Amino acid sequence: MQGPRKWDWTAILLMSPSVAIFLGLLVMPILVVLVLSFGERAEAGGYQAAFTFAQYANLPARWAAFRNTLTLAPLGTVLCLLAAYPLAYYLAVKVSSRNRLLLLILVIVPFWTSFLIRTYAWIFILGGKGLPALLDMIGVPDVRFINTPFAVLVGIVYGYLPLMVFPIFVSLERLDKRLLEASDDLGASPARTFWQITLPLSAPGAVTGCMLVFILLMGEYLIPALLGGGKVFFIGNALVDLFLQSRNWPFGSAVAVSLVVIMLVTVTLYLRVTLRNRGMRDQALV
Amino acid sequence: MDPRKEFIKQLRRYEKGSISRRHFLGVTGLGTAMAVMAAEVPGLLPRKAWAAGSIGDKVSLATWPNYHDPKDFEAFTAQTGAAVEVSVFGSNEEMLAKLQAGGTGWDVFVPTNYTVSTHASLGLIEPLDLKKIPNYDIAANDARLIKEGTVNGTVYGAAKDWGTTGFAVNTAKVKENPTSWKQFWDLTQGAYSGRVTVHDYQLTTIGNALKYYGYSFNSNDEKELADAEKLLMAAKPNLFAITSDYQPAFRNGDAWLGICWTGDGKQLHRDIPEITYVLGKEGGEVWTDFYAVPKSAPNREGGYALINFLLDPAINATEVKFHGQPSTDSRTNKLLPEELLKDPIMYPAAELLAPLEFGSAATFTNPARAELMARFKAA
Repeated sequence: MQGPRKWDWTAILLMSPSVAIFLGLLVMPILVVLVLSFGERAEAGGYQAAFTFAQYANLPARWAAFRNTLTLAPLGTVLCLLAAYPLAYYLAVKVSSRNRLLLLILVIVPFWTSFLIRTYAWIFILGGKGLPALLDMIGVPDVRFINTPFAVLVGIVYGYLPLMVFPIFVSLERLDKRLLEASDDLGASPARTFWQITLPLSAPGAVTGCMLVFILLMGEYLIPALLGGGKVFFIGNALVDLFLQSRNWPFGSAVAVSLVVIMLVTVTLYLRVTLRNRGMRDQALV
Repeated sequence: MDPRKEFIKQLRRYEKGSISRRHFLGVTGLGTAMAVMAAEVPGLLPRKAWAAGSIGDKVSLATWPNYHDPKDFEAFTAQTGAAVEVSVFGSNEEMLAKLQAGGTGWDVFVPTNYTVSTHASLGLIEPLDLKKIPNYDIAANDARLIKEGTVNGTVYGAAKDWGTTGFAVNTAKVKENPTSWKQFWDLTQGAYSGRVTVHDYQLTTIGNALKYYGYSFNSNDEKELADAEKLLMAAKPNLFAITSDYQPAFRNGDAWLGICWTGDGKQLHRDIPEITYVLGKEGGEVWTDFYAVPKSAPNREGGYALINFLLDPAINATEVKFHGQPSTDSRTNKLLPEELLKDPIMYPAAELLAPLEFGSAATFTNPARAELMARFKAA
């Protein structure tokens, strides 16, 4: 016994900004990119209407960029996780609540400086007159860091660490400490308590952190450009080149569409594998 | 009270900060006196060529790295009230791409000779209103160097300076004294692997790879470009970086050998004498940069005012002293010290200049070259 359905104007009003943003700034641009990817490069660069799969057929020409991204992005994510977990654990479990705030602020403070400047600083730290000069002084000559994959990984871990620390911190902080006591009462060693209680319960935070870092890394441009010297090339760099240097918009669009597809597939697979149990899926912030 | 004593008392109060400047000027009558004097004797005020604000408060300039003396921009702001907003680019392609995409907000930019005709034919730049640039005296400029600023008889670019593309050598580290592009690329793949930079710019990087085989810098021949690609791919693992902003790498001692423009060579040599600038004896590139006004310029008047200011021979001379690129303007040259005019980096010997080529529009716009460069970078 239902009357004609009434419009819920409040809900519509509340939803409309986010729907407008979603449609106007996400769906529309992706559609534009999709259309462009089937076109041809105009004579002086740019886009010329056409329907061809030539751009997609040309994708192997950017194989190295895909390979670099698909190896360094996951590797960077794992390194971030390894560096962030102990820190988050320390902040959430070991520190008194009085010092915790101060330490959390210290984690955030670097964000007050532009990401560009913080990354640029590494050019000098890793450059010839930085760490290598120091190593030379203590008898390790001819070490080169800058413009190598290593330098890019250093930049990634440095730049993305806070994004990993906070979700893990939140999940560890929410952890019911009584469970740890119970585990202890039941005779488990601290190590066993960590592996069987703490780690599984903080996994949703780790998954969220990994997603945040991994998705952003797949589109990373700045760190490889500054610390890779144009030699450690990510898809993001290939895209910038295609749009700004060779001005081949259709091919750039095809690369962009491929990147979106690869991300959708890997992220879906990753979530399926890591969040097999339903409880975790509810807890993860994704 | 004696007015003199009253004045001194107010002055002391002002000095101690217990009254404001405005209050001090008001009670002592000095403010009124200044206002009257200013109105009656305008010559006492600093002269402004433009009434403050008449060209807006901001002029946006797109240019190249290390290409202007910041003090000249400060002088422009002091004179006109307009701040100069500078964006720096590493390639002409990037400037073209930004203009094609629209919404750059630039009032002036600095394209190189071979790009002016492309910008003009795409309708991206406007014919220059020379009346607004009285400081650009075409007759005083070297006709051979500025000819590409004019397209079909219409002036689109006012010449900024000219220069060459050679390579920088840190002679403290590189002992072979290379004089040719052949040696440059051989040393890259040999003794100085990991110490070499090339431009993030297809025209010069591919052009000077072509010179290795003795081909034209401007070659668009399929087979010759394939040869150049082979060389570039073989050299890539040996490069320190692919970048147009290579001065930091040389200054840090990371790079010892690298493709280099005149001004960067001059600046590096000035600060670090063991870094020298060499023109490959097979030839290479000679170029001229121009000031141009995009059709989309939001502040055209400001753009013209900035060009005119920077082309004032006195200002241009300070610019040349700063960036180390030779000027095309004979009036500017008259103001430069003798040792700059005899500098072998800025003014290479005639036999080194003779084989150089101006880049061509076809070289710049060739999609095959653009894609070759992109493959080289993505490899």
